[in-house]
Amino acid sequence: MTNKVGGIIGWVDSRLPVIEFWEAHLSKYYAPKNFNFWYFFGSLALLILVIQIVTGIFLTMHYKPDAELAFASVEYIMRDVNWGWLMRYMHSTGASAFFVVVYLHMLRGLMYGSFKEPRELIWIFGMLIYLCLMAEAFMGYLLPWGQMSYWGAQVIVNLFGTIPVIGDDLALWIRGDYVVSDATLNRFFALHVIAVPIVLLGLVVAHIAALHTVGSNNPDGVEIKKNKGADGIPLDGIPFHPYYTVKDIVGVIVFLFIFALVVFFAPEMGGYFLEHANFEPANPLATPEHIAPVWYFTPFYTVLRAIPNPFWGVVAMGAAVFVLFLLPWIDKNKVKSIRYRSALYKVNLFVFLIAFVWLGYLGMQAVTPMASQMALRLSELYFLFFVVLGIYSTQRSAGYYIMWFVVLVGLITVYDVFRNNPDIAELTWKTWIIPVAYLFVTLLGAAFTNLDQDKQVPERVTS
Amino acid sequence: MKNMDKLICVVALFASLLLTASVSFAAGGGGTIYKMHVDVHQQKSLQRGAKYFMNYCLSCHAASYSRYNRVAADLGISEQNMREHLIFTGRKFGDTMTVALTPEQGKEWFGAPPPDLSVRARSRGADWIYSFLKTFYVDESATRGVNNLQFPGTSMPHVLWELQGLQTLVEDDDHAEEDSHAKDGHGAHKKELFEIAVPGTMTPEEYDQAIVDIVNFMVYMSEPIKLKRQAIGVGVLFFLFALGVLAYFMKRDYWKDVH
Amino acid sequence: MSEHVIDTGRRKMLTVSASVVGAVGAAVAVVPFISTMNPSARALASGAPVEVDVSKLEPGQKIQVEWRRKPVWIVRRSEEMVSLLSKTEEKVRDPNSEVLEQQPEFARNQTRSLTPDVLVLVGICTHLGCSPTFRPELAPEDLGPDWVGGFYCPCHGSFFDMAGRVYKNVPANKNLEVPPYKFISENLLLVGELDEGAA
Repeated sequence: MTNKVGGIIGWVDSRLPVIEFWEAHLSKYYAPKNFNFWYFFGSLALLILVIQIVTGIFLTMHYKPDAELAFASVEYIMRDVNWGWLMRYMHSTGASAFFVVVYLHMLRGLMYGSFKEPRELIWIFGMLIYLCLMAEAFMGYLLPWGQMSYWGAQVIVNLFGTIPVIGDDLALWIRGDYVVSDATLNRFFALHVIAVPIVLLGLVVAHIAALHTVGSNNPDGVEIKKNKGADGIPLDGIPFHPYYTVKDIVGVIVFLFIFALVVFFAPEMGGYFLEHANFEPANPLATPEHIAPVWYFTPFYTVLRAIPNPFWGVVAMGAAVFVLFLLPWIDKNKVKSIRYRSALYKVNLFVFLIAFVWLGYLGMQAVTPMASQMALRLSELYFLFFVVLGIYSTQRSAGYYIMWFVVLVGLITVYDVFRNNPDIAELTWKTWIIPVAYLFVTLLGAAFTNLDQDKQVPERVTS
Repeated sequence: MKNMDKLICVVALFASLLLTASVSFAAGGGGTIYKMHVDVHQQKSLQRGAKYFMNYCLSCHAASYSRYNRVAADLGISEQNMREHLIFTGRKFGDTMTVALTPEQGKEWFGAPPPDLSVRARSRGADWIYSFLKTFYVDESATRGVNNLQFPGTSMPHVLWELQGLQTLVEDDDHAEEDSHAKDGHGAHKKELFEIAVPGTMTPEEYDQAIVDIVNFMVYMSEPIKLKRQAIGVGVLFFLFALGVLAYFMKRDYWKDVH
Repeated sequence: MSEHVIDTGRRKMLTVSASVVGAVGAAVAVVPFISTMNPSARALASGAPVEVDVSKLEPGQKIQVEWRRKPVWIVRRSEEMVSLLSKTEEKVRDPNSEVLEQQPEFARNQTRSLTPDVLVLVGICTHLGCSPTFRPELAPEDLGPDWVGGFYCPCHGSFFDMAGRVYKNVPANKNLEVPPYKFISENLLLVGELDEGAA
């Protein structure tokens, strides 16, 4: 700093580098000028984090983490506490909104290759944040102590029980009792309001710090730092403040508008944000007719249910989450943005999205033979996406594609033969066509057409 | 180049539509025999419903999260009126609506303790309660001589029988058809399920209105703020819209710099 | 960025107006959060006025009720007790209830009450919040021959007379608080509410 600033700011700045911080992260942090709609979700996620923490603090003042009192204390908040209903609805809607925004944020990263070198760490931190959010949401959902809270926790904790050898002891340790009980509620409360939020905040700082170290990606996937002007400022960069602050403010207001629509007009969201059965106090002796996790867990829940063996189901569910961590090392294609990726890459991503949404839908429905077959097929598509993504890392020879086609179709067929039984034979072989058709298009299409050709990436960002 | 971005937008939209569709499916589904139109903004209906509720339900069922004074304030009932006509047990105006019946007594008398009704309308849904109150019928095989079509084997006696009278189930060869009645609005189904054996003090229409009133009241009671939150929401939305317009013009002005 | 002219006036106007509207919105949004910390409906209900039937209260007898989670004493003073108040007049610090917040307007008299016989007091010592004991007897051993009945706080030794007036030279420096109350009927007292018409 050559120009010393006077006044209070100057006094503080000579003791704490606030101006340096302001410049490094806002007024002289150069972001690509071509951010589009998809780049709102990072700042929105931060906003929701703040909403959750603040409403959470005020809820904590009135909530009682005691199995005898918890349900009543939530109704007390809804009725007797001034504006307590608003705190609670903001918090419950915020939980769902968090996942909406984070899923879109992750999809953005997927589309524009934001996880690729040199941003692998940003992606890893982001995934850790996502894991924390899942833990936070799961434990928070127990707190109202309704039927869904109780049985949802019971089922999920029992998943840990399927782990060989240590499983039962582990589940017992997590619950602190033979079933989900007051002890479980009390510790989930502690973890939900203190432990996980602290970790979450640390991870958010790391996520942003890593981002500001390497700079933001953009819809063209062009590194703006490679084209700097004489003053050392990226030619395609603009200061985050004021340009993206004023832009994000618009995004924030649009988001708050939608958020308010839910909070004030449909806080239950038809039973998806607040489930009907959860308005009945937890009863350890009676399971509700239909247990479904809250919508944001349902894709992974379907993967779990797709495999009959409980242990391997848990493994598959874990793998479905864990595979996302590996994304930077699976997709090593130099072209970052979907704009310049091949037509088949787009097909692949498109199928993946459909599969993910469909898996989520199935997770809310009751299990029928057809639904469980589809659950398996969609789970296969979910994992095959990553395999094909890895294969697409560079242009391959026709033989390479064909080899993988044979191997993957073979694996799927062998599993079908292995798991097949007369009851489901027809459905098995009818739905067999789904993964095979997918592989036919993505792999044989790549072998025999030039639809696997990526496009030329421009030197500078467009528009 | 940007087509793909748009395509993904379409997928996102598709996903949200799917979610909305399943939401409305879930909201409309659920096997109840009848459906009713809930309107918590009909104050007269809520007042009548409160009267029935306090007279008939509150002797066994508690509504222990709900307060008399809140009900009075929200439903436009004066304190004096409330004290004289609706608070029977000599309780205080600010008290919650509890009952003297203990869960143990309830279990002894009814086989199962009568559940707290404060949030019943949110867990069971209005249609369920409406159907439940409408479909008690004479059944000699049941312990109380009456059974319920919505909740077969219920341990609750037909406390409103003096109003409704006693009805019997119309013997129907194809019981499978019963489910299809649910599609119709209340009173609009093609075939009557019941016939009145002993008339009550109310006509079927009056009785129907009475239970609509009760359910309206219970829906209100399950979420008292429902009466106000939408009005507050409208204010919030207007404000956000105005702020959004300002913010948009501000953004556009700043972005004139960017080429 | 230099090839076009920025209308700085317009930009400033937009920024300021958006900031002002936004700040107003934020200020309004803070209100619900702050209000959650005010007494809830439950707290208000438990602090609601309390009805007390004083028909069975004998002269010289004290009963205690709870109002806003505080002990409230109701004493039916005998005629002798009322007359003795003139005797303590000079020994008490504030005989005419000059400290206004310690009683409703109607109680700024010698008996500090609506009717001479019925005394209503918040039973919390104005020194450090202990609850004084009721000592109606005359000249007991421990309190000395001059004692003409009143209240004694054992925590730090404060004395009050039969109207809750604090004696001079004791730790407490204010009279005991008289809560708002009114008579609904001759024998039915409502503690916690003033009679609007008579005020």
